[in-house]
Amino acid sequence: MSYRPGQRVRVEAREHQGHHRTPAYLKGKTGTVERVHAAFRNPETRAYGSDGLPEQPLYLVAFAQRDVWPDYGGHADDRLFVDVFEHWLQEAQ
Amino acid sequence: MSDHDHDHDHPPIADGDEPPAAARVRALEALLVEKGVISHEDVREGIDWLVSRTPADGARVVARAWVDPDYRERLLADGREAARELGVDPGPAPVLVAVENTERVHHMVVCTLCSCYPRGLLGPPPDWYKSLPYRSRAVSDPRGVLAEFGTTLDDDVELRVLDSTADIRYLVIPRRPEGTQDLTEDELAALVTRDAMIGVVAPAAPAAVGA
Repeated sequence: MSYRPGQRVRVEAREHQGHHRTPAYLKGKTGTVERVHAAFRNPETRAYGSDGLPEQPLYLVAFAQRDVWPDYGGHADDRLFVDVFEHWLQEAQ
Repeated sequence: MSDHDHDHDHPPIADGDEPPAAARVRALEALLVEKGVISHEDVREGIDWLVSRTPADGARVVARAWVDPDYRERLLADGREAARELGVDPGPAPVLVAVENTERVHHMVVCTLCSCYPRGLLGPPPDWYKSLPYRSRAVSDPRGVLAEFGTTLDDDVELRVLDSTADIRYLVIPRRPEGTQDLTEDELAALVTRDAMIGVVAPAAPAAVGA
């Protein structure tokens, strides 16, 4: 587990072909690790007959809605929580 | 006009005229059975399990959490174990996370990528949960979506949308309604609707039940 709760992380902006569990709307967005779930087999390779190993840590990451949607119409405190695998995260300042 | 009894019209569905998705699933199942990966019996058992689950199972879990603070703690710590404690099979997803609505925080759940849903506790998801408009707008305009369900949050409430994109399933523990201190656990469970456990509405008011 490379990241811990409270740490700032950025979702990598790279493209991906094929089965994918990182929503496009999060690419390049920065959030805060809320919870470290556990490590799971990688669905991106499992989808094509692989064993999905090595397992990838999965994090619940919290994003301010206004960081994800610049014209977000709700409240400033509203947040979006998304499960993101470690190989899609990088450390952010 | 169909010859069976339901409330919408469509052309007759004849053998060999099935929807493309059904034909694809049938072909996949035939191949998987032929290769010995699964049996028809496995598929039938899976369908039987899914349709045997109903939101009443989730409602029992929520009602117990409302009346028993120690159970509430266990539910928040490990949803699967807490469900099993009440004899509820939480299903195949490896982790069940229960999140609690309070005076200051409201949670709602979506799966933007497909239809991840705590089927073990709520049964099959409603069609709207799987629809593109809900899946896209629940993350970008959640207060607008809630308003369409008739739910308006107070100004000082933080709205948290959970997008379940992977192996985790989320269950919302709604706020216990006012005026329910004299109700039994079973009566409380009757107030807890499927949509309240997805987080798009509040539980039913006590007067509405049995009215």
